[in-house]
Amino acid sequence: MLRQFWEGGPRRDPNTIAYVVLLVAAIFFPILVNVITGGNSSAIMTIAADAGVYVLLAIGLNVVVGFAGLLDLGYAAFFAIGAYTYAFLASDHMRVTPLGEPIHISFWIVLLIAMFVAASFGVILGAPTLRLRGDYLAIVTLGFGEIVPRVFRNASSWTSGVNGISALDIPSLPLWLQGPWSGDAFAFVTDFKVISSLAYYVIMVILVIICVILVRNLHRSRLGRAWMAVREDEVAAAAMGVNTVAVKLLAFSIGAAFSGFAGTYYAGKLSLVSPENFGFSVSITILVMVVLGGMGNIPGVITGALLIYYVIFVLLQQLPEYAVNFVSSIGLSGLVRSSGDYPGIAEFISRLKFLVFGLILVIVMLVRPQGLLPSRQREQELHKGVHDEPVIEDVTAETT
Amino acid sequence: MALLEISKIDVFYGRVQALRGVTLSVDAGEIVALIGSNGAGKTTTLRTISGLMHPTTGTISFDGRQLQQTKAHEVVRVGICQSPEGRRLFPRMTVFDNLMMGTYARKDLSRLQDDIANVYSLFPRLKERTKQLAGTLSGGEQQMLAIGRALMAHPKLLMLDEPSLGLAPILVETIFRVCTDINAQGMPILLVEQNASKALEIAHRAYVLETGSIVQTGTGKELLSSPDVQRAYLGM
Repeated sequence: MLRQFWEGGPRRDPNTIAYVVLLVAAIFFPILVNVITGGNSSAIMTIAADAGVYVLLAIGLNVVVGFAGLLDLGYAAFFAIGAYTYAFLASDHMRVTPLGEPIHISFWIVLLIAMFVAASFGVILGAPTLRLRGDYLAIVTLGFGEIVPRVFRNASSWTSGVNGISALDIPSLPLWLQGPWSGDAFAFVTDFKVISSLAYYVIMVILVIICVILVRNLHRSRLGRAWMAVREDEVAAAAMGVNTVAVKLLAFSIGAAFSGFAGTYYAGKLSLVSPENFGFSVSITILVMVVLGGMGNIPGVITGALLIYYVIFVLLQQLPEYAVNFVSSIGLSGLVRSSGDYPGIAEFISRLKFLVFGLILVIVMLVRPQGLLPSRQREQELHKGVHDEPVIEDVTAETT
Repeated sequence: MALLEISKIDVFYGRVQALRGVTLSVDAGEIVALIGSNGAGKTTTLRTISGLMHPTTGTISFDGRQLQQTKAHEVVRVGICQSPEGRRLFPRMTVFDNLMMGTYARKDLSRLQDDIANVYSLFPRLKERTKQLAGTLSGGEQQMLAIGRALMAHPKLLMLDEPSLGLAPILVETIFRVCTDINAQGMPILLVEQNASKALEIAHRAYVLETGSIVQTGTGKELLSSPDVQRAYLGM
C-alpha cells in the first residue's frame, strides 16, 4: 500500500506468468505424455517424479544461497539425513540393528519428522560455523557434505554400510479417488498403496506447490527482508537491528528442512537408501540448478532444476543412441562399429557426456549470466551496473 | 542526567588500544560533534556505542540503560541508529526498500507514511529516485539515503559517521543544512567529522579526540576560536 503510493501504482509481480505457465505445464504434462506414448506413460512419469525431488532441493538451496547469500556446498548431507530418517522409521531394518524392533511410521508423518531432523542438523552445523563468511563457510559445508555419507557408510551396525537399507515401506494414502486415469471405474479406496508413477507424480506436484507457497511467503516476510539485507551487507544489516546470526541460522535450517523433506520422498519412492546416492556431485548439481535458473527467484530455480535434470538424466543418457541414429541416417553407419582404438560412435559419445554437459553450462552462463529467470535485483544489477561502495574493512568485521 | 553518557571507556583492537578513557555525553536536543584526525578513534567511538565493538572497561549508559555489552542489533532497538562509515547501503535494493529496512527494528509501524514523507521532504532527490537501486545513486544521494534510512528507525539518538566524506562542496552544504533541520525537529545528533570547521559551526558542543583520548571540549563556538583547534584542524 505504502509502496503503491510512492512508486505510483501497484507493482506487478513478473513471476505471476511464470507460476501460471509452470502450473499449467505440471497439470497437462501427464495427459500429453499419455497421448504421445499411447498409454505407456509410466517410464516417463517416473523420471518426471524424480525430477521433482531436484525441484524441491533447488527450492530449498535457493533459500540458503539465493536469499541469504550463504554458499552451501554440502547440501546433499541434509538430503541424506532426510532419506535415512525415512529408512530408519519406516522399514523392518531396525530389527537388525542394536534396537531390535522394527519401526513403521506413516510416510506423511516421517515427512514432517525428517524436516525437523534435517533442520536440527542445520542448526547443529550452523551454530558454530555461521560466524564464518563466504569462502570459509563454503569449506566447512563441503566438509559436512563429505562427512555425513561417510558416517552412514561406516556406521554399519545401524545403517548396513555400503549395502544401504532396502525394502522401505511403500507410502500409502488413507483415501484415494480411483478413476479412468488409472484404468479403473470411479471409486474411493482406502489405504491406497502409492505404486503407480502417476500417483508419485501427483504427490510430488502437490508437495512442490506447498513448498513454493511456503518459500514465497517467507521471502516476502520480515525474515525475507532480513535475509536480503544480510546478503547485501552484514554490518549494515546489524546496524538496522537485524540479528544476523539468528537470521542466517534460520536460512540454513529452513533450507535443510526442505532437503530433509525431499530426502524422505526420495527414499519412499525408491524404497532404498544407499550412502552412494548423496555425494558431492549431488550438492554441486543442485547448486548448478539454482545458479543457472536464476539465484533468488523461485520460478527460476524450478526451471533450472527441470532443465538440468533433463540434460543430465535424459539427454546425456540418450546422446549415444541419438548419435548412432544420426550417423546411420546420413549414411556413415561404418562409424557405429568399433575398430582398433576407436570404440564405436555410441561409446565414443558416451565418453564425451560430461564434456558436453560442461559446454552447455559454460554457454548458458556466458549468454545469460543472470540465470534463465533472474530475480528483479540481479537483472537490474546486470543491466544498470551497481557499484559497490568501497567498504573499509577492519579487524572486527570478521568477528562480528 | 544526559541522554547518552559514556564514561572512561577503553577499547582495543586485538592488542592495540584504540580508545583511552573516553568520556563524553549527549543531551536531549543537542548536536554534539566529535572531531579529530585520521585514526584518532572517532569511528571506533561510534562503533562502540552502536555495539559493533565492546569496551574492556568503562560504561555506556543511554536513556537509563547500560549498553557496554549490548549487541549491535539490540542497540538499535534501544533507540540509537547510525548512518555508518562508508554509508553501507544495501546496493541491490531500491531506495524505498533501503528506507524500509530502516524500520526493521521498530515495533510501532503506525506512522510509516508520515516518516517516508518526512525523509522525502528533507531529501527531495530521494523521492525522484524511489525505485532506483541504491548502488546506482551518486555519492551525495547515497549519503542522503544513509541518513534517511537511519531516521526511519525513529531513533532517540542519531549518529552520523563522516557524512561529508568524499562529497562535492555544494553537497556538503546540503548535508549539514539537513542535519540542522533534523535537529530542529528535536533529534539529538552525535556527529563524527573530519571537516572540523563545518561540524563546529553547527554543533552545540564538541569534543576533540587525539590518539584515543579526549583532549579538548567546549561549545562549537569556543572550539572554533581555540588556537589549538585552529592550528591542528582548521589550517589557520
